Amino acid sequence: MTNEFYVLMKFELLVALIIFILLFMKVGSSSWLNKKVLVAVNLLLLVNFVFGFFMNSDGTLFGEMFRTNKMVELQKNMLNLGALIISAQSYSWLKNHAHVMEFYMLLLSTLLGMFFMMSAGNFLMFYLGLELSTIPLAAICNFDLEKRQSSEAAIKFIILSALSSALLLFGISLVYGTTGTLNFSELPGHLNGSALQLFAFILILAGFAFKISIVPFHLWTADVYEGSPVAVAAYLSVISKAAFLFVFTSVLYTVFKPIAGSWYNMLFLLSVLTMFTGNLFAVRQNNLKRFLAFSSITQMGFILVGISGSNQMGYASVVYFLLIYIFSNLGAFGVVAFVSAVTGKENMDDYKAFYKTNPFLASVLSVSLFSLAGIPPTAGFFGKFFLIMAGAERGNYILISIAALNMIISLYYYLRVVQTMFMEESRATIERLPVNIFAKLAMLVCVAGILAIGFVPWIYHYIYALSL
Amino acid sequence: MNLSLLIFIPLLTAFVILLCRGEKQVRAAALAGGVAQMLAGFILLVAFWQERETGNTTQMLFQYNHQWFSPLQINYHVGVDGISVAMILLTSFVVLAGILVSWKLEKMSKEFFFLLIFLSIGAYGYFISLDLFTLFFFLEIAVIPKFLLIGIWGSGKKQYSAMKLALMLMGGSAMVFVGLLGLYFNTNAAGGLHSFDLTQIAQMHIPLRVQKLFFPFVFGGFGVFGALFPFHTWVPDGHSSAPTAASMFLAGISMKLGGYGCLRVATYLMPDAAHAYAPVIIVLATIAIIYGAFATMMQTDLKYINAYSSVSHCGFVLLGIAMLTQTSINGAVMQMVSHGLMTALFFAAIGMIYDRMHTRVAAQLGGLLKIMPFISTVFVLAGLCSLGLPGLSGFVAEATVFMGAWQNPDTLYRVATILSCASIVVTAVYILRAVGQAIMGPLKKTDQGNVGDASWNEKFAAVILLAGILAIGVAPFWLYKLISPAAEVVIQHVTNAVIKN
Repeated sequence: MTNEFYVLMKFELLVALIIFILLFMKVGSSSWLNKKVLVAVNLLLLVNFVFGFFMNSDGTLFGEMFRTNKMVELQKNMLNLGALIISAQSYSWLKNHAHVMEFYMLLLSTLLGMFFMMSAGNFLMFYLGLELSTIPLAAICNFDLEKRQSSEAAIKFIILSALSSALLLFGISLVYGTTGTLNFSELPGHLNGSALQLFAFILILAGFAFKISIVPFHLWTADVYEGSPVAVAAYLSVISKAAFLFVFTSVLYTVFKPIAGSWYNMLFLLSVLTMFTGNLFAVRQNNLKRFLAFSSITQMGFILVGISGSNQMGYASVVYFLLIYIFSNLGAFGVVAFVSAVTGKENMDDYKAFYKTNPFLASVLSVSLFSLAGIPPTAGFFGKFFLIMAGAERGNYILISIAALNMIISLYYYLRVVQTMFMEESRATIERLPVNIFAKLAMLVCVAGILAIGFVPWIYHYIYALSL
Repeated sequence: MNLSLLIFIPLLTAFVILLCRGEKQVRAAALAGGVAQMLAGFILLVAFWQERETGNTTQMLFQYNHQWFSPLQINYHVGVDGISVAMILLTSFVVLAGILVSWKLEKMSKEFFFLLIFLSIGAYGYFISLDLFTLFFFLEIAVIPKFLLIGIWGSGKKQYSAMKLALMLMGGSAMVFVGLLGLYFNTNAAGGLHSFDLTQIAQMHIPLRVQKLFFPFVFGGFGVFGALFPFHTWVPDGHSSAPTAASMFLAGISMKLGGYGCLRVATYLMPDAAHAYAPVIIVLATIAIIYGAFATMMQTDLKYINAYSSVSHCGFVLLGIAMLTQTSINGAVMQMVSHGLMTALFFAAIGMIYDRMHTRVAAQLGGLLKIMPFISTVFVLAGLCSLGLPGLSGFVAEATVFMGAWQNPDTLYRVATILSCASIVVTAVYILRAVGQAIMGPLKKTDQGNVGDASWNEKFAAVILLAGILAIGVAPFWLYKLISPAAEVVIQHVTNAVIKN
């Protein structure tokens, strides 16, 4: 039992260990140098990520409350990687911050919550993990302590999270009421598609839709991203969304499989709405954080296209896309975060002629945006291609055509940023910024991932084989 | 011969350019890469002939098939037939000439040559692909560098043109994407698996209903690249705003990507639908030919003249493909090669003139023959090739298209052929007028002082392209022999399908 316990809960235990180390450091002394703490934390996160590759196994614990398998562990390690990249990127923001250790404790608590949520074998466990991941997130949204916008973002986030949790809980209680169980492995046998169960499903879907900001539940996204620190916005848009999408996809494909016919149409509608709304709003943004918020909403719409495909291809393409999305979106957020931390500038106009003064940063941002737009040879091309291919498997070519149309609309605003950086002239160009080693490494990792993933096909084979 | 060399040579060149320091190194690397590409093209031609001489009649030679995403049956599958070899040679000519023409470029030359070489990766990869995924991958690679080339180094309303071109071409490729997915999910290869493999799909019979649904997507999508009538609007803006080398590449190669796709993917894989939709395409192509010719008459800027005339000339390509006779398809491919060389030469000459005179308006120029005889001669030759003077490639290609088109006895087809033929008169009008205004007559712009004739690099570029034009114009047999068997396969495919119905 004990050995199995340590192996299966490896990810959770490691993250909890890091939290405790930070806690003891904080309690033990109050005079740690920020720079040393940051180096230590980044190293710990690196170790955590490397450990994620070893001793992966399948199994359940606590009477099926906690279950894990190779796919879940791969997904958890993807989140570890994302957290590591974000942590390295926020070096220049945190090095003068008064509460570095608290930041990491809260951040890692949310990661722990997400891990529990992804390993949940029961709706109760799932809800527990979800709350653990949400409440500390609201706290770190407020981490630009002197900015009023930041607290505003935190309040918005916590209120809307509470609302979505309420919807989700209501849905879960209805599921329990109609089936008598909350266990994921038993539920499919009890679902028969009755009206009450469909109602419960819609409530649960709405709860998820809030978390992954699917239209019409997306209204918090742009405001919260704009107000919170860029690192937190990146965390919200990549790590948090990826975690919820992993759970969402696996719950749809396993627990709610018996009512697949009903949710298919709902996803169709939601994905069309999400793609169009995200795109049309993104076109008009000038603040880059808001712009990335709406672009990430659009990306969620594309992911829904993939989810609406059949099981194996759909699941594989979603996980594969999210892996690429971590690199692409973090690459883009990394540059924006760095520039914002050093100069405080976040508007598109500030980036005019950015390439002339900062060729490295401009190139990283362009490659990331190309990947988000799905242009070869970047990995985003493969991700989008497989997502839409998975969506086409059911023969719904209307959805595919709409997705293709939206790819063009999104291309317009991604290219507009590139245009601003490369082709515009400006008198108030951002001066040449020296990039610190952490941020540089993180950006290089993102670029390497974006350029390499498509040409290393076994990554896709591995994911495909695991997503049965 | 290993076809992947055609991708690796430019890839290596691009990488070396990134490492270079200073303009001189960048230029040297780009030139070396360009020459290596051209050599590879010629080696391919020779190797291809040798294989054919020894009686190897396999449809696609030098095939190489490597699994890429095996769960989805996506492979890196390459191979060439005569049509691909012709297109590859064309690409290598235009790329080398493009590098030579931009020799003196000073603004961010490293990025410029990097993007130019990167573009050629897309073109080469596209022409050798036998897997639809690979083909689509390379098609999209060849779009975004153009956006940057036009937007950064262009002139006039460059940002607008760059964005318009990128969005329209990506829109075209999105249509192709939908069509390819539709094809993929309706193929049934061995074991109930789907396939993206061009040679495999050609052996299957795709249901007529599916063909009719997806043919417009695929043909229309490629048609955007090839300036099919309502989708041609990116051509004039894109070409005229682009820097010289990018214009050459755009008109010389990019537009051929469309024609090649219409032939290789749309017509070859969906023969029934190609037959059914032929009248529609013929009407659209005829409109493009005539409309393009008359629109050119109204232009005063030399670059706009060549850009609009490209719409008209590329109409012949689509007309030839849609006529569905062996001669007309031969003509269409010849027109692709010929127009590629001719328009690249034309843009090169216009670029040289603009560099010296700082205007491209024909009426403001005049008497150029007196001060720059070499450039003027090149300009006149390109113009004569454009209007179809015998002895130059344009005549060979257009005459073949018309002969092939006339073989089709249907009234609509006859009318379309006659109308398209008539457009040649209009072509003669605008070309001769431009030549008369810009080259002949008294010298109008005398304030430029002693501007000098072409430098060695410009002469070299012009000679390469002229050699190609003359080689086709004087002795078209070799090109015919290269293309004809490949065109026959397509026609055989269509005829079989039509007979079966």
